[in-house]
Amino acid sequence: MTELLPRRGLAQILALIVILAVDRVVSPQFFDLRLQDGRLFGSLIDVLNRGTPVALLSLGMVLVIATRGIDLSVGAVMAICGAIAASLADSHGLPVVLAAALGAGLICGLWNGFLVAVLGMQPIVATLILMVAGRGIAQLITEGRIVTFSSPDLVWLGNGAILGVPVPIAIALGMLILTGAVVRGSALGLLIEATGGNARASELAGVGTRAMILAVYVWCGVCAALAGVIAAADIMGADANNAGLWLELDAILAVVIGGTSLFGGRFSLVLAVLGALIIQTMNTGILLSGYPPEFNLLVKAVVVLAVLLLQSPKLSGFAGIMVRLRRTKP
Amino acid sequence: MKGLPPVLITAIVLVAGFAACAVQFPNIASTRVVGNLLTDNAFLGIVATGMTFVIISGGIDLSVGSVIGFTTVFVALAIERWGVPPLVAFVAILALSAAFGAAMGAIIHVFDLPPFIVTLAGMFLARGASFLLSTESVPITAPVYSTVSDFALRMPGGGRLSAIAIIMLAIVIGGVLLLQLTRFGANVHALGGSRATASLMGVAVGKMTVKIYMLSSLLAGIAGIVFSFYTSAGYSLSAVGVELDTIAAVVIGGTLLTGGQGSVIGTFLGVLIQGMIQTYINFDGTLSSWWTKIATGVLLFAFIALQQGLVALARRPAAKRAGAVS
Repeated sequence: MTELLPRRGLAQILALIVILAVDRVVSPQFFDLRLQDGRLFGSLIDVLNRGTPVALLSLGMVLVIATRGIDLSVGAVMAICGAIAASLADSHGLPVVLAAALGAGLICGLWNGFLVAVLGMQPIVATLILMVAGRGIAQLITEGRIVTFSSPDLVWLGNGAILGVPVPIAIALGMLILTGAVVRGSALGLLIEATGGNARASELAGVGTRAMILAVYVWCGVCAALAGVIAAADIMGADANNAGLWLELDAILAVVIGGTSLFGGRFSLVLAVLGALIIQTMNTGILLSGYPPEFNLLVKAVVVLAVLLLQSPKLSGFAGIMVRLRRTKP
Repeated sequence: MKGLPPVLITAIVLVAGFAACAVQFPNIASTRVVGNLLTDNAFLGIVATGMTFVIISGGIDLSVGSVIGFTTVFVALAIERWGVPPLVAFVAILALSAAFGAAMGAIIHVFDLPPFIVTLAGMFLARGASFLLSTESVPITAPVYSTVSDFALRMPGGGRLSAIAIIMLAIVIGGVLLLQLTRFGANVHALGGSRATASLMGVAVGKMTVKIYMLSSLLAGIAGIVFSFYTSAGYSLSAVGVELDTIAAVVIGGTLLTGGQGSVIGTFLGVLIQGMIQTYINFDGTLSSWWTKIATGVLLFAFIALQQGLVALARRPAAKRAGAVS
C-alpha cells in the first residue's frame, strides 16, 4: 500500500498547494468553512463537491489508461445513466433507480470492453462509437426534453450530507477507497499494469489480459454511471445534451496531470483524483477571480501542454537518470 | 489495390440508402435536395479531406472544430469591427491556422507525444481563444458575403450548386490528386504504415508530420471561412463537436484508423452518407434529430467491425497462434 502516497506525487501536491495559495490571494475567504443545517459550506467544500464527477470519471479512466486504452464515451455514459435515473426517480425507490443506472453503466462498459478486448479494436475508435451514439440514446430516453424529478431520495444523493460532509464527496471518497483496496490490495493492479506495459508478454506469462481489459472498461462504465447519477441529482434533472459534455476530456486530463502515462503500464489512483481536484481548484479560482469562465479553456490548454512536455520522453532524459539513481529496482 | 473494397462498400451503402430514401420520399431524388445537401455539408467535406490525410498518416486531429469556431469569430470581428478588407482577413486567418497546425505537428514530432493529447490541447486553446475574442454571435454584413451567397450554378431540375459547395468539391478533387498522385501522398501512406520504416526509406518524418497537421489546420481554416459564408456570422460556439462528425465520416469512408490505408473519395462519400441521414430525418419530420447520432454510431460500428474483419482475414495465421495461447 505504499502506492497511496508515493514520492512521485510531490509535483502534483505542490501544484495543488500553489493553486490553493493563488485562490487564497484572489478570494480571502477561500479557506473559510462553516456548518449550517448539518452540512459544511465553503469554497473548499465547493471545490470538492464540484470536482466529484470528474474525480469519479478519472477513477475509472486511470485504470483504462493503465491498460494502454482510453475511454472517450464516459461523458455520454453519464448522460445515459443520468437520464435513466431521472426518468425512474419519481416512480421507483432509490435502490431500483441506482440499480438501473449503474446497470446501464455496466452494460455500456461491457460493450466498450467487448469491442476492445474481444474484437481487438483500437480503444479510441471503439469508445468513439458510444461517444457518438450515446448522447442520441440518452436523448431517446428523455425524449429530447430535460427530465426533472423531485424524489427526495435522489436529491439527497446530490445535495444531502453525511456527518456534515456532502454526499457526493462521501461517495467519491468511498469509491476511491474501494477501488484502491480492490486494485492495490490484491495483485489486480499489478496485472493491469502488466497488460498495459506489454499485453503480448503478459499474455504469454499467463495474465488473462482480455479479462483485465474487459474489467477495467466495465469499472469505467460503472464510475461514469455513478458520476451521471450524482450530476443529475445535483441539478434535480437530466439534460441529455449537456450532462457530462466534454467531461471525458477533463477526466483524461486529470489522469495525465496525475502522472499516469498515456502509454500505459503504471498508474496511481490517488494522483488521478488529485489531478481532478487540481482542475476543479483552477476552475473555481478563475470564477472567484472574476475572469470570464471562458478563460478556463486557455488555462487548461497551457496546463496540458506543460504537463505533456514534462512527461515527454525526449525531455525526461535528465529526469530519468535522476529517477534511476534514486530507485534500486525499476 | 487493397484500399478499394471499403470504398466500394461505402459507395454501395450510399447508393442503396439514397434509393431507399427516394422510394419513400420521391422528392429526395432531385437536384434541389442534392444541391442543398452539398451546401449544408460543404464545411464538413473540407475538414474531412484534411482529416483523411492526418488519419492515413497514423495520427488524429481533435482541434479542427475549434479552429473552425475560431476562424468564424476572427473573420467576423476583422471585417466588422476592425475594418479589415475581407480578402486580407481570409489570408491572415489561413496563415494563422496553418501556423497553428504546424506548431502542433512540431510538438508531436519533436517531443514524441501522442497526437491525440496534443491536438486535444490545441482544441482547448483554439476554443478558448475564440471565447476571448467574443462570446456573442457577430453578424457579417460585408457585401462580399451576399455576393457569394447569391452566387450559384443552376443545375437541371432547379437545383442550385452554391459557391461553397463548389469550393468543397474543388478541395475534395484537389485532395484526391494530392493523395494519389504526389510524393506527398505516398509519404503520408508510408508514415501510416510504419514510422520507423518510412524513416529508413528516406522520408523526412519530422517535416512530413508538420506538413500534415499544417494541411489539416489550413483546411479547417478554409472550412471556417466557408462556415462563416454559410451562416453569415461568426460565433465562438459554432462547430462544437465537428471533429467527431469528421472522424466518423473518414471512418465510414473506409479509411483505416490505424493509418496506412484510406482515400479522400471515400471520406467524401462518408460525408454524403451523414448528410443523407440528416436529410431523411428532415423529410420524415416525425423522427427527432438524435436519431442522426444513433444512426451514425451504428454505421461507425458496422464499418469498423468490417475493417476489423478484413484485417483479421489478412492476418489469419498470426491470429490463430494468438488464439491458441489464450
